[in-house]
Amino acid sequence: MDHLPTLVAEARDAIQAADSMTTLDELRVRYLGKKGEITALLKGLGKLPAAERPVAGERINQAKQALSHELDERRRSLEKAALEARLAADRIDVTLPGRGQSDGGLHPVTRTLERIEGLFTRVGYDVAVGPEIEDDYHNFEALNIPAHHPARGMADTFYFDASRLLRTHTSPVQVRTMKETEPPIRIVCPGRVYRSDSDLTHTPMFHQVEGLLVDQDVSFADLKGTIEDFLHAFFERGDLSVRFRPSYFPFTEPSAEVDIQCVMCNGDGCRVCSYSGWLEVMGCGMVHPEVFRHSGIDPERYTGFAFGMGAERLAMLRYGVNDLRLFFDNDLRFLRQFA
Amino acid sequence: MKFSEQWLREWVSPALATQALADQITMAGLEVDAIEPVAADFEGVVVAEVVAKAPHPDADKLNVCRVEDGSGERLPVVCGAPNVAEGQKVAFARVGAVLPGDFKIKKAKLRGVESRGMICSASELGLEEETSAGILVLPADAPVGEDFRAFMGLDDHTIEVDLTPNRGDCLSVKGLAREVGVLNRLPIEGPAIAPVAPVHNEAFPVRVEDTTGCPRYLGRLIKGVDVTAETPLWMVECLRRGGIRAIDPVVDVTNYVMLELGQPLHAFDQANLHGAVVVRQAREGERLVLLDGQEITLSDTTLVIADERGPLAIAGVMGGEHSGVGLETRDIFLEAAHFSPLAVAGQARAYGLHTDASHRFERGVDPALAREAAERATALLLEITGGAPGPLVEVVDVDHLPAERKVQLRAARLEQALGKALPVEDVGEILARLGLVVDAIAEGWATRIPSWRFDLAIEEDLIEEVARIHGYNRLPVRRPMARLGLRPDHEARTPLARLRREMVARGYFEAVTYSFVAPELQQALLPEAVSPVLANPISSDLSVMRASLFPGLVRALTHNLNRQQGRVRLFETGLVFRGELDALHQTPMLGALVCGSREPEGWASDRQTVDFFDLKGDLESLLALGGDRDAWRFEPAEHPALHPGQCARVLHRGEEAGWIGTLHPAVRARLGLKVDAILFEVRLDALTLGSVPSFAPLSRYPEVRRDLAFLVDEALPVQTLLDTLHAQAGEWLTDSRLFDVYQGQGVPEGRKSVALGLTWQHPSRTLNDDEINQLVDAIVEEAHQHLGAELRT
Repeated sequence: MDHLPTLVAEARDAIQAADSMTTLDELRVRYLGKKGEITALLKGLGKLPAAERPVAGERINQAKQALSHELDERRRSLEKAALEARLAADRIDVTLPGRGQSDGGLHPVTRTLERIEGLFTRVGYDVAVGPEIEDDYHNFEALNIPAHHPARGMADTFYFDASRLLRTHTSPVQVRTMKETEPPIRIVCPGRVYRSDSDLTHTPMFHQVEGLLVDQDVSFADLKGTIEDFLHAFFERGDLSVRFRPSYFPFTEPSAEVDIQCVMCNGDGCRVCSYSGWLEVMGCGMVHPEVFRHSGIDPERYTGFAFGMGAERLAMLRYGVNDLRLFFDNDLRFLRQFA
Repeated sequence: MKFSEQWLREWVSPALATQALADQITMAGLEVDAIEPVAADFEGVVVAEVVAKAPHPDADKLNVCRVEDGSGERLPVVCGAPNVAEGQKVAFARVGAVLPGDFKIKKAKLRGVESRGMICSASELGLEEETSAGILVLPADAPVGEDFRAFMGLDDHTIEVDLTPNRGDCLSVKGLAREVGVLNRLPIEGPAIAPVAPVHNEAFPVRVEDTTGCPRYLGRLIKGVDVTAETPLWMVECLRRGGIRAIDPVVDVTNYVMLELGQPLHAFDQANLHGAVVVRQAREGERLVLLDGQEITLSDTTLVIADERGPLAIAGVMGGEHSGVGLETRDIFLEAAHFSPLAVAGQARAYGLHTDASHRFERGVDPALAREAAERATALLLEITGGAPGPLVEVVDVDHLPAERKVQLRAARLEQALGKALPVEDVGEILARLGLVVDAIAEGWATRIPSWRFDLAIEEDLIEEVARIHGYNRLPVRRPMARLGLRPDHEARTPLARLRREMVARGYFEAVTYSFVAPELQQALLPEAVSPVLANPISSDLSVMRASLFPGLVRALTHNLNRQQGRVRLFETGLVFRGELDALHQTPMLGALVCGSREPEGWASDRQTVDFFDLKGDLESLLALGGDRDAWRFEPAEHPALHPGQCARVLHRGEEAGWIGTLHPAVRARLGLKVDAILFEVRLDALTLGSVPSFAPLSRYPEVRRDLAFLVDEALPVQTLLDTLHAQAGEWLTDSRLFDVYQGQGVPEGRKSVALGLTWQHPSRTLNDDEINQLVDAIVEEAHQHLGAELRT
C-alpha cells in the first residue's frame, strides 16, 4: 500500500514514454487490467482493517482514475500525432492542373448563329432550314429575280447545270416555308450560302441568317423596331446608333440597308468603317407582293418583313476578327480563342 | 457611276458642302462609294504662253523657250517636250511651285542654260495616269497668268455612286441632278438642246425587223466631219472625271452625251455601211469582230445592228471594228436607239462583255431620250468636227415602246405599310417632285409615271419612294405584335446544339469546312462517291460537292499538322451531297476526327496515342444522349477510307447511319499523312432521334451477379457472344458488364478470354440459386454449341 505513489509515478512515466498504441494497451493491461497492479491493490483492500479501508480505497481509486485519464490523454495525443503525420504525408500540390480531357470549343460562326437564333426564338420565331443545292425557281424566280435580271450575275452564282445551283442566300427557305405554312409566320433561317467570290473580304462560302415575319398589319415600323432591338441585343449596346438607308432587293419593297455606328471606333472613324463612322451590317425590307404571290399568300391580306445578315461579318465585329478567311482554315490556334 | 461634282452643280447646286451632298445622296439610296479630288494637290501653276522657242545650244532634244506667265517678264525655260511650239498656251509651273509628289520647282541650269520654271505635261500635274508624250497644250483663248487650277476647275471632286440595279435613271449627270433636285426642292437646269436643222436631205435607210427589242431607232448622217479635230479640253476633263478616256472627237462626244443625259449612242463610218442599217436578231453562227478586236460568234438570241453584208454591232452592247469611226472617216451615221432591257440583258454577259452601254440598257434607258440625245450629240459634233448634218430619221413602233404607267397609291395602304399616316399634301408633293403626274382621288393618289422611272410600276414602288424621300429614319419604330401561342416540342429529339456541346465537352473543336472539296481528295477517300460537280467552280480544288465530312476534316487535320498542332480533335456538322443531281440526297451529318495523344500533354496524362476505342467512346456518348442507346449497333465492315480491321458500320435501328474507323494506312500514305487518324460520321437525323424516358418500378429484392469468363476464337466479335448470352439470359437480366478481354499466358493461341459480369433481379421476389444456375447453364451451353466458347474455370 505504501508503494502506491511510487507505482503511480512509475506508471505515469511509462505512459508518457509510450510511443505506440500497442505499448499504451500493454500499460493499461499492466496497471488497470484484471490482473493489473492497481487492480491487485484494490483486491488487497480486504486484508486491511475495516477502518482503513475507505481511505485506502479512495486513494487507490483516485490513482486508478488518474492513470486511466493519463492513458486516454496519451491515446488522444498519439492519435492526433498519427493523423498529423498522415495528413503531412498526404499533402499534394493543389496548384497542379487537374487531370483528364481538356475542353474543346464551338466554331465562332456557330456561336454567333446560336446567339442570333436564341434572340429570335426567345420571342417566338422558329428556326427553319433547307437544302443548299437549290433550283433556280426557289433561289431566284420565286424571289422576284427573273432570268436576265441585273441582280442575277452568273459571276456570283455557282451552278451545276442550267437550273440547279448552290443557294446564294437562305431566302429559298423563306419561300419554302411560306408555301407550306399559313401566316402568321415567324422564322429565322440560318445556314451556309455560296457566292463565286474569293478575295480578302469574300469567301466562296459563308453563313447567313435571314428572318421573316408575315402577319396582318406588319409595317415598316415593325421592321425598324425588330432590327434595332436585334442590333442592340447582339452587340449588348442599348445606345448603339442604327440607321436605315434606302436600297434595293428584288424581293423586298421598301428595301433598306442597315448601318450601325462603328463598334470599333464608336463612330469616330477608323479603318474598319473606312473612316465613315458607319458599318453596313444587314439588309432588310417589306416582303415584295410578287414574292407573296409566288408563295400563295394574299398580299392584300398579309404583309411582312424580311431581313438578312452575314454571320461572319457580325462575328468579326463582335469578336474583333480581322481576316474573314480564318473562319474556314480551322486552325486550332484560332478555334481555341472561342472556347 | 462616277461623275464630277462641278458638272452636277452646273445642273443643280444645293447649298451643301461636298461631303454633305454625298451623305444626302447616300441616305436617299444612291450609295456614295468614294469621293476623290479630281487632281492631286499642286500649286504655283499658271496659264502661260510660249512666246519664243529656240534649240538648246548643247542638247539635241531640248529647247530653250521664252515664256510669258503674266508677270510681264519673259522667262527662260528649258523644255524637252517634242510638241512644244511657239504661240502655245501651256500650264506653267513657276519657280516656287509644288507639283504632285511634293516636287518643288527651283531655278536650274540645264546644260549651261538657265531655266526658270517648267512647262508641264498632264501626267506631271496628275491629270493622266500614264506618262504623257508631251506637254499639255491649252486652248488658244486660255487667259495668260490665270491660276491653272482655277482655269481647269480642278478644285472639284469625283463622286462615285454605287447604284442599285433599279436606278438606271441615275446613270447620268442629268439623272443624278434630277434626284438631287428632288431631295433639295430645287429645279434643274441643263444645257439648251434644240433640233439641229439639216443642211442636206440624204438619209441612210434604216429597217427595224425586231421592234420588240428596238422600238425606237434614230439615225442621222453627218457628212464631212474632221475626225482629226481635237476634243476640247473641258470635254476631255468631264470624261476623265467620269472615268472615261478620251479617244477621238466622235467617240468622245457620244460618251459625253451618254454621261450627260444617259443615252448610249453609237457612230458608224458611213463608208463601211452597205445598203441599209437593219436591226434584227443575229443568225446563229454569224461572226463579228468587235471594237476591242476580239472576234465573236453570235447566237440567234442576240439583237444586232447589221447591214446588207452582215452584223455591224451588238445592239446596245458594243460596236464592230470594221464599221467603227477611224482617222479616215469622213461621213458618220449617228445612232440613238432605244433597246428594251430584255433585248440587251444577258447579252453582254453571254459574250463576256460589260460596257457602259449594256450597263445602261440592261437597267433601262428613258425611251423618250433618244431624240434629245441625238440632237445634243449632233450639235456638239458640229462644233468640234464640223460637218453637214442630214435629217434625223426615226423608226418607231409605238406599240412596243414602254407604255405610260398609271399607278394608284391608296392612303390606307401607305399608312399601314409605314405604320404612320403622312400628311396628304406631303405625299402628293413628294410624288410630284419625283416627276409623277399626280391626281388626288378618294382612296389617295392616281399617278402617271415619268418615262425615265423604269422601276416604278406598282403601289409598293410608290410607297418606297414616299418613304425614301420622307426619310426612312424619320419613320416610326414599333415592335410586332403576336399571339403567345405555345408550339409543340419533341422531347425525344436531341437538339443539334446539345450534340455539339457534348463534343465540345469531350475536347473537340468545331470545324467549318467548305462544302466543295478537291476531287482528288474525295477520290482518295471515297473512290466510289458520286456527288454533284460545279460547272463554274472558283478553283479546281473547290469543285466537287462533298459526299462525306471526311475530306474536309482530313484537310483541316493537314492544315493543323503543318502548323505544329499534333493533337487534333475536330468535329463538324453539315450537309453531305450524294448522288446525281436528279437523285440527290442532301444529308445532314455529324463527323469527327481525332489524332495525337489521348489526353492533352500534362504531368498526369498517360501519353498514349488515341485509338479506335477513344473515338468510339466519344461517339457512344453522343448515341446515349437521346436515351436510346440500344437502338445503335456497330458491325465490322469495310469502307474504302478506313482500315479494314479497324472499321465499323454504325447501325441505327438496323439501318446504316454512319461509319467509324481508323484512316486506311494506304489512304493515309497517299495523302501524305504521317500519323494515324480516326474518324466517324453519322447521320444527324438518327443522332437526334432519341426516346422519352419510361419508368420501371425499382425492385426491393436482391440482385444476383455471376461472373463468367469464356474462351472464344479471337476473331469472334464480342457483340456476337453478347447477343447469344442475352438471348439465353432470361427476362430478369438487368445488367451485363464486359470487364475483361485477355489474350496471352494461360489462353491458347488463336483464342481470347472474354469475362462478363451478369446481374439478375426479379421485380417481385428473390431469385434462387437454382434459377440462376439454370440460366447460366443455358448460356454456357448455347455459347459452346454455337460459338465454340468454353467456360474458363
